[in-house]
Amino acid sequence: MTMTQPGPTITGAQSLVRALERAGAEVIFGIPGGAILPAYDPLLDAKSLRHILVRHEQGAGHAATGYAQATGKVGVCMATSGPGATNLVTPIADAYMDSVPMVAITGQVPRAAIGTDAFQEADICGITMPITKHNYLVQSADDLPRIIAEAFHIAGTGRPGPVLVDIPKDVLQAQTTFTWPAQLDLPGYRPTLKPHGKQVREAARLMAEAHRPVLYVGGGVLKARAAADLRQLAELTGIPVVTTLMARGAFPDSHPQHIGMPGMHGSVAAVTAMQKADLLIALGARFDDRVTGQLATFAPDAAVIHADVDPAEIGKNRVADVPIVGDAGQVIRELLEAIRAEYAAGRRADLTGWWRQLDGWRDTYPLGYEEPEDGSLSPQYAISRLSSIVGPEAIYVAGVGQHQMWASQFVTYEHPYTWLNSGGLGTMGYAVPAAMGAKVGRPEATVWAIDGDGCFQMTNQELATCALEGIPIKVAVMNNGSLGMVRQWQTLFYEGRYSNTNLGTRRFIPDFVKLADALGCAALRCEKAGDVDATIEKAMAIDDQPVVVDFVVGQDAMVWPMVAAGSSNDDILAARGIRPNFDNDQAV
Amino acid sequence: MSHTLSVLVQNTPGVLARVASLFSRRGFNIESLAVGPTEDAEVSRITIVVGVEGLPLEQVTKQLNKLVNVLKIVELDPAASVQRELLLVKVRADLQTRSHVLETAQLFRAKVVDVASDAVTIEATGSPDKLTALLRVLEPFGIREMVQSGLVALARGSRSITGSDSRLRPVDRPA
Repeated sequence: MTMTQPGPTITGAQSLVRALERAGAEVIFGIPGGAILPAYDPLLDAKSLRHILVRHEQGAGHAATGYAQATGKVGVCMATSGPGATNLVTPIADAYMDSVPMVAITGQVPRAAIGTDAFQEADICGITMPITKHNYLVQSADDLPRIIAEAFHIAGTGRPGPVLVDIPKDVLQAQTTFTWPAQLDLPGYRPTLKPHGKQVREAARLMAEAHRPVLYVGGGVLKARAAADLRQLAELTGIPVVTTLMARGAFPDSHPQHIGMPGMHGSVAAVTAMQKADLLIALGARFDDRVTGQLATFAPDAAVIHADVDPAEIGKNRVADVPIVGDAGQVIRELLEAIRAEYAAGRRADLTGWWRQLDGWRDTYPLGYEEPEDGSLSPQYAISRLSSIVGPEAIYVAGVGQHQMWASQFVTYEHPYTWLNSGGLGTMGYAVPAAMGAKVGRPEATVWAIDGDGCFQMTNQELATCALEGIPIKVAVMNNGSLGMVRQWQTLFYEGRYSNTNLGTRRFIPDFVKLADALGCAALRCEKAGDVDATIEKAMAIDDQPVVVDFVVGQDAMVWPMVAAGSSNDDILAARGIRPNFDNDQAV
Repeated sequence: MSHTLSVLVQNTPGVLARVASLFSRRGFNIESLAVGPTEDAEVSRITIVVGVEGLPLEQVTKQLNKLVNVLKIVELDPAASVQRELLLVKVRADLQTRSHVLETAQLFRAKVVDVASDAVTIEATGSPDKLTALLRVLEPFGIREMVQSGLVALARGSRSITGSDSRLRPVDRPA
């Protein structure tokens, strides 16, 4: 005779898995270990939850980020206590800096052992306090559904960010019942989404009056899923648009009003337009030092409209003349209405002179590169060809360094969520695992990681995950044999003293073709410009396994334009030793 | 100049660490901090004195507001609030000097809470200025040991910062 189970009684682990399902999680990237082990047992039976076993917890974290950035959903990663949790620290910090919605679940030693320096104990809540939007140490299995519901809500709303939930092993093993909260009680968490009408009208007035306005578009526009609204605003007003590193794709590169990326390696037109502007309309952007250069001399004549969902960003680096707290999409939609009213009342400045100037800068200083003198393959050429052949429907994911800047500059982005990178933290090793996450989230899309040989050696083990789990990403390694961006700075600022930037990868240690092969990937190598197209086409033809292309490129290629760190944006160099001449510009 | 912030927080484990670590990582200096219960068992009140001005002060409050456990922040103007610290001070006092010490305590409306043959312990509350003045007068007798609390403050008048706000209004459930 069978005993009837007391229906609603389940373990904390089962409650956790049910809560994750209820919260809408579809995929978890993770690695089991002692403390989290109870959670892995019910995962085996969770039909709607796919767990992807990664090779390093850092990979799990970046994969969750890539998944979140490609889909807009909350990414989930899971690790055990101690080293499992601390290996998540880098991707959590990365997600925090780039406002990525992520929930990280970590196992913890049993409650009775907390504070005793138990095996694999680390105070991950304490460690991640400064790099999470919020975190929880779960004290009772009964709290699990509520905490998971809150974690997803906090991670995905307002200014998104990572939330960590640390669960002691005995909490996972405890008996509990499952009750999904009907309402969340978060009295201290009420993001302001709707902008203040008066501020919007004031912003519209300034926008209608300005003679040299620039729409300074940041990642917040993508987070708010407001690319279509942005396009309407730009086309209604005729105002030029710059898209930051975090916003590439928010506005089509091919659009005549797009004047490029601002910042340290931005286009001359974008950087100069901001310097000469009389009005900056910052939408979901945060006046990062890589955009402003020396803050005191940034856009000296510009009034600033600053719209952000995070009030703490407004006025943090640059005083805002018109602060607007709100969701970028709502702000833009209300601005559209208010500006139409301004125009209807006959207030509209003529931007013809401004566009003449902008076009002059664009025509005189287009993005470009020189072919390497030593006849080696130019990385910019390889990336340009990749963009042309693969096209704008694909997702491009970069690591950090020279290749990242080239991927931002020389890939043409036409759609939102087709460009993923680590902007704020600058995490080398981001590309391969983030591409894996993006491909899991958007399996129908072609996903190319554009990586450097330095970055690639930090996280390439996730290619084994990709090969085994059927996640056919493609990786273009720009192999220049060195830590290229650091080497560029050594060339420019350290008299060519190349201290510890030679990785030896040009001597094929490791041999990326053999390495990729060993990791279960198709592997190609390209060393000549003449072979680039055929190699990319060959890679595109493979869709049943991950592909790695080792582009052996020259090591002397540099990223231009450049504003040296700490310098004024007025001192932008279009290329080495080439300072744009603005003397002939007529003031508008 | 210093600013006094009253921060209402959810009474959850680790909330003080969140507030304190925010100050350190954003580079804001805490001059004084006091934490204790309120009339609502689920809410604690942290009184923080910070030595920042203008924009940095705005950043302090905005960053504090981003903490999920922070419910409300009010800046208390010293002119419109009652601000108090507690001081316990052990002063050398033998037969010759004891009466002088006691007289001083009385002048400051301080209480003697412990007496030994060669020392007395005085308890005083007051504004930071008053306690500084008391210490200056006690100094010549010889201060053996002292301890001082952080500042606590309440706005004058009948209004309450914890009162009829919408603190317990629940957030809509996620879709």
